[in-house]
Amino acid sequence: MSYAIEMLNITKDFPGIRANDDVTLQVEEKSIHALLGENGAGKSTLMSILFGLYQPTRGTIKVRGQEVKITDPNVANSLGIGMVHQHFKLVECFTVTENIILGLEPKTKFYTTDIKSAAQRIQQLSEMYGLNVDPYAKIQNISVGMQQRVEILKMLYRNADILIFDEPTAVLTPQEIHELMEIMRNLTKEGKTIILITHKLKEIKEVADVCTVLRRGRCMGTIQVAETSEEEMAKLMVGREVDFGVEKQAQQPGKVVLEIEHLKVKNSKGLLGVKDFSLQVRAGEIVGVAGIDGNGQTELVYALTGLAKAEGGKVLLNGKDITHSSIKHRIEAGMGHIPEDRHKHGLILDFKLKENMVIHSYNEAPYAKNGLLQMAAIDRKTDELIEMFDVRSGQGRETITRSMSGGNQQKAIIAREIDRSPKLLIVVQPTRGLDVGAIEYIHKRIVQERDNGKAILLVSLELDEVLALSDQIAVMFNGELTGWVKAEETDENELGLMMSGSIRKGVGEA
Amino acid sequence: MKKREKLAAPLIAVLLGLLVGMIIVIASGKSPVLLISAIVKSFCGFDILAPGPINPRYFGEFIVFSMPLILTGLAVGFAYRTGLFNIGGEGQVMVGALAATVVGILVPLPPVLHAIVCLIAGGAAGALWAFLPGFLKVKRNISEVVTAIMMNYAALYFCNYILKALPGSTQTRTVDLPASALIKSDFLKQITNNSRLHWGILVVILAVIVYHIVIEKTTFGYSLRATGFNAEGARYAGMKVERNVVYAMMISGVMAGLAGAIMVLGTFGYGRVLNTAENYGFDGIAVALVGGCNAIGIFFAGLLFGLLKVAQPLMQSMQIPKDIATIISSTIIMLVAMQNGIIFIMNWLSKKKETAEKGSEEA
Repeated sequence: MSYAIEMLNITKDFPGIRANDDVTLQVEEKSIHALLGENGAGKSTLMSILFGLYQPTRGTIKVRGQEVKITDPNVANSLGIGMVHQHFKLVECFTVTENIILGLEPKTKFYTTDIKSAAQRIQQLSEMYGLNVDPYAKIQNISVGMQQRVEILKMLYRNADILIFDEPTAVLTPQEIHELMEIMRNLTKEGKTIILITHKLKEIKEVADVCTVLRRGRCMGTIQVAETSEEEMAKLMVGREVDFGVEKQAQQPGKVVLEIEHLKVKNSKGLLGVKDFSLQVRAGEIVGVAGIDGNGQTELVYALTGLAKAEGGKVLLNGKDITHSSIKHRIEAGMGHIPEDRHKHGLILDFKLKENMVIHSYNEAPYAKNGLLQMAAIDRKTDELIEMFDVRSGQGRETITRSMSGGNQQKAIIAREIDRSPKLLIVVQPTRGLDVGAIEYIHKRIVQERDNGKAILLVSLELDEVLALSDQIAVMFNGELTGWVKAEETDENELGLMMSGSIRKGVGEA
Repeated sequence: MKKREKLAAPLIAVLLGLLVGMIIVIASGKSPVLLISAIVKSFCGFDILAPGPINPRYFGEFIVFSMPLILTGLAVGFAYRTGLFNIGGEGQVMVGALAATVVGILVPLPPVLHAIVCLIAGGAAGALWAFLPGFLKVKRNISEVVTAIMMNYAALYFCNYILKALPGSTQTRTVDLPASALIKSDFLKQITNNSRLHWGILVVILAVIVYHIVIEKTTFGYSLRATGFNAEGARYAGMKVERNVVYAMMISGVMAGLAGAIMVLGTFGYGRVLNTAENYGFDGIAVALVGGCNAIGIFFAGLLFGLLKVAQPLMQSMQIPKDIATIISSTIIMLVAMQNGIIFIMNWLSKKKETAEKGSEEA
């Protein structure tokens, strides 16, 4: 058998850090080879080397047995290596075809762009691999999953036969993930080789043949997926046993902390995104909000935290009406929030870690005195939080937050919010894009806060997460509450039906 | 490493800028020594070509030219740290000068107090002029850049109208301000051999210190910087982003207004009717850029641009076109804007050196 790609003994040094240490990756032709590792394990660096974005400090690369020097992405392209990036690079107002041919437009004999023949070829490719893409659709009108297929087509159109998928499922719905797996299988059947970068074990188990595991820049081994259990892979990746279940003792909830009454919120289109929504969260209880993306969860959270204004209804925090309070007032009234978008809302990325740690309390004692920041107190607090929450970064509290890994950024936010000890913690998508180790840790912390008597509202698109953490589950569909059930009395199936509005349970008819 | 880069990149830009200037002088058939001599002489009065004692008058004049540039640099930098582009420094300088003139001529007050009130009036006028762009940005989401540029023109004609209407004004200037309003200094004049150096230097130094403390040390500055980096994130953390934007513009306006005021009260002693803008506001953008928007950087960048400005007449007297100074400053601005490229080349060179050393060691 022959290898499509061989990266032999690759070492890559960055100032102060060795991102890859003697890593060897051998990818068989026509196979799906997974590259597994936590955030910061060196997966992206390794792939950037293969794609010509970085040069290795040491080591050799062979493509189809030939030793090559990949000095820039154009060389990679000419070797038939294509990359499907996590963040799509598409022109929104162009059609699928226009996007795909961008840069190598075919010409008619009158030197105009030959859209027609290009579209035909795209149609053929699309059918051949079961992609089901309309060549004349505009990017802005098609779903995220479809856009990803356009990225795949872009590679195929350029005759790439080694495809690198960088965390391809991060942006997809469960249904779309399933379809993508199908597409990948089709691609290998037609002779393509696939490298799949991911930290989701489930996906590897479902689709990959072979898996190479990286940990802290080192190669921990290459395994046959069929012969290895998820637990074993997780152990290789994290370096210790991983606990997938969330341990949780039964607890008697206390008094009502958050009360939402007939809340109405407009969405960005000016329509009601949340319609007459009511809910209660009690102390010592986790209420999970389940729902398919775009069913009013974002609007609900925005209205609760003060980023959007409520059109009607009431929000009570500890019996106090905060419906129209300022954000600052809500924070002072005891609301903590771990936001969905940590880069936009949760952090000031260009601030140092320590500056982010006091973002709510920078003008209170002991961090401020007579309007001056008290750096010593801020330093002390930050070091304490770094220690307590195991936030890892290059230069400790002085690290620019942007340079930290996603998992550690999220840990920093969680440390900050939990440390303020709010009575109500609104947690949105707390583990999106994080690796197994971090997820485990964050789940544990959330349950711990519940046990400390905090009221927690968890909004997540990951059904597993909602089921594992919640005591009580609220299902949102089309801006309405379509389900209100105890977590132990329901299952994925039932929730799925409520999420699609097929059934209602535990709520009065609207 | 990072700190060194931050310091080295602007310095390299300055040196390369001078080098380009010299090459152009050579290309025009003149000796580059003349250029250097003009710059050195403008700095401290020492003549390379005819060595003699240092003449501190040149140094005094150089500082006089630098002072308003430092202030407008601080103005642009302050707004920039809050994520705003205050291109209206020009207008704010003019209304600052106007307010100082008006209060100086029309409001009789005892010495010292009079000067202080004039300065306050200048700063307040600048703040007022900058308030509108900030306010409109917050309330109506109108770009502060557009508003501020338009207000530059409004300031020019408005100021000229008022200045000419003051009692005793001619078509080009007002009457002299009473001595009580002036910040001229016999002492500074004396130690700099009769230059126009005045107490405005205290205002400048104070402004640099205030800028540094407010931006880096206070909770207010912290929330301004948060707003500048990520307004959504700042809003989300409960900060009053709208208020911050308006305040930052106003403080920026104070700095620019003071630049206008010290020129009237210290350098000239009367109000001038301008035909066209003098570019202090626009030069401030370059100063802030080269200074990296921090207080110390802006201070030195202001001195640099002041030096290039004050050297122009001297260069002309040596038959070097004064536009060379403009070429030098433009080159510096361009290179500073490309400083990531400079850092990249620096790293590449040091890496090359390293490998070369390693190679020779192995051999």
